[in-house]
Amino acid sequence: MSQTANYFKEFIYLYIDGFRNMKTGKLLWKIIAFKFIVFILIMKVFFFPNFLKTNFSTDNERSAHVLENLIQGNK
Amino acid sequence: MEDTLLVDWSRAQFALTALYHWLFVPLTLGLSFIIAIMETIYVKTGNVIWKEITKFWMTLFAINFAIGLATGIIMEFEFGTNWSNYSWIVGDIFGAPLAIEGLMAFFMESTFFAIMFFGWDKVSKKMHLVSTWLVAIGSNLSALWILVANGWMQHPVGMVFNPDSARFEMNSFFDVLFNPTAYSKFLHTIGSGYVMGSLFVVGISAYYILKNKDVVKAKKSIVVGATFGLLTSMFLVLSGDESAHQVAQHQPAKLAAMEGLYDGHKRASIVAIGQLTPDKEIGDDKPEFVWSIEVPYALSLLGFHDVDAYVPGINELVYGDVHEEHRVEPAKDKIAKGKVAIAALKNYKEAKKLENEEAAENYLKVFRAHEKYFGYGYLKDEKDIIPNVAITFYSFHLMVGLGSWFMVLFFFILYFSMVNKLEEKKLLLYSALWSIPLGYTAGEMGWIVAEVGRQPWAIQDMLPVGMATSQLATGAVQLTFWMFAAIFTFLLIAEIKIMFTQIKKGMEEH
Repeated sequence: MSQTANYFKEFIYLYIDGFRNMKTGKLLWKIIAFKFIVFILIMKVFFFPNFLKTNFSTDNERSAHVLENLIQGNK
Repeated sequence: MEDTLLVDWSRAQFALTALYHWLFVPLTLGLSFIIAIMETIYVKTGNVIWKEITKFWMTLFAINFAIGLATGIIMEFEFGTNWSNYSWIVGDIFGAPLAIEGLMAFFMESTFFAIMFFGWDKVSKKMHLVSTWLVAIGSNLSALWILVANGWMQHPVGMVFNPDSARFEMNSFFDVLFNPTAYSKFLHTIGSGYVMGSLFVVGISAYYILKNKDVVKAKKSIVVGATFGLLTSMFLVLSGDESAHQVAQHQPAKLAAMEGLYDGHKRASIVAIGQLTPDKEIGDDKPEFVWSIEVPYALSLLGFHDVDAYVPGINELVYGDVHEEHRVEPAKDKIAKGKVAIAALKNYKEAKKLENEEAAENYLKVFRAHEKYFGYGYLKDEKDIIPNVAITFYSFHLMVGLGSWFMVLFFFILYFSMVNKLEEKKLLLYSALWSIPLGYTAGEMGWIVAEVGRQPWAIQDMLPVGMATSQLATGAVQLTFWMFAAIFTFLLIAEIKIMFTQIKKGMEEH
């Protein structure tokens, strides 16, 4: 096996052993997972759509909409 | 009509998210360097006690980092949903810095973070130390890109407004990157993080000394924390001075609000401490303060580096000053010019639609001539250019007062550590412990000054917050505000609980 492959293997084992031997870290990863589920899978998808991407299909339409807002001075 | 309720709720939601996010960032910025210093001492001396100390603080660092992780990403969601006009308009400017920040954070954190936490006894001491320093440097560089973006909003440079795409387009990456407002902001912000990290180490170490637990390690930690804290507090004074200088140059209304200055002066004083007259209104004859203690000439000196400099007050900024030496343009004139810019933009668009290139060219010239007042055209009242004076003034003075206290605290902690009498100074140790929440308070106050103080602007002079929002139902923003409030409270309780549990365990077993 080449030296590069050995380094790569060691690097992977660094992560595997690290995760396996975690104490407080396990709880922290659960919290991180909770946040990603709540923030990204729930909040982002259901409550935070990108307004311009959702309502307009092209950049030209988006810029026209924003320009119209700027010109009208109200929304 | 502009929906002020929607704007207020959108602002409240962003403020809630940003203030919550800022509970975690400063400790990451500061503690990462303190850990790197501690590990350097371990590698240099070979004394294993420093390794144990480093590992203990690293665990607390990890807790803080994990709970804080992804709290910043919510602001990105809010930009796209609540602030879509703003997002579109600045997309070209912010794209590059934020993409660099994202990539840098990902690679630094996934690689060197793993070595820092998992690599003890698996990589060489030097490799581990380099990784720890790179985590510290990488975290701080991440902050650089965010603050370059924020600095641009406070003092937009290196761009031109494209009237066809309705976007500010970057014409000089280096002007954006080396924007003096961004740099002073970056240095002051990371400096506040270093002080917060120091307060945390000093406060927790003081707790151990008071409890007579892990005293040797706590005393070693407190020396590192207090030394780093004292040095970075001094740095904070210098970077704060430069920040105030930048504010004086580019955001005079913010400076006037920070100092409660209604009537401008030459050789203006700084109010060290004071109480604003509660019912004072712009343009009335009531005194500015119920009582105050002032430092003569200091505002002119610090703001403009000249004791004789004239500092415009709120009244001059609103109503103007015709004095030959220090003329200030009245806000109503700026609003009128802003309306000319908006009308020119409208006419330009119509001429383009009719393919009348000559007329479009002429309207564009009118727009360019009035462009720097563009944002003023959306203001309804000349007084709208002034931020909330009471919030800005008290936040600023609380931040400065606490910063001064921290410097005194670090000095005495260090002094009594050096003469080996720290254990006798119970009051000082309790003060150190209770200064941890004060550190968080000071940091949050700093952001309130920066962000409330720049109102009404999302982009200084160019885009008021009222024009930056999306057309949403206010109820939707209210709903997500309360959802975030609940989730953040839950996560904060979780962090405090995990952190306390870990601290109570002591410095062993990490």
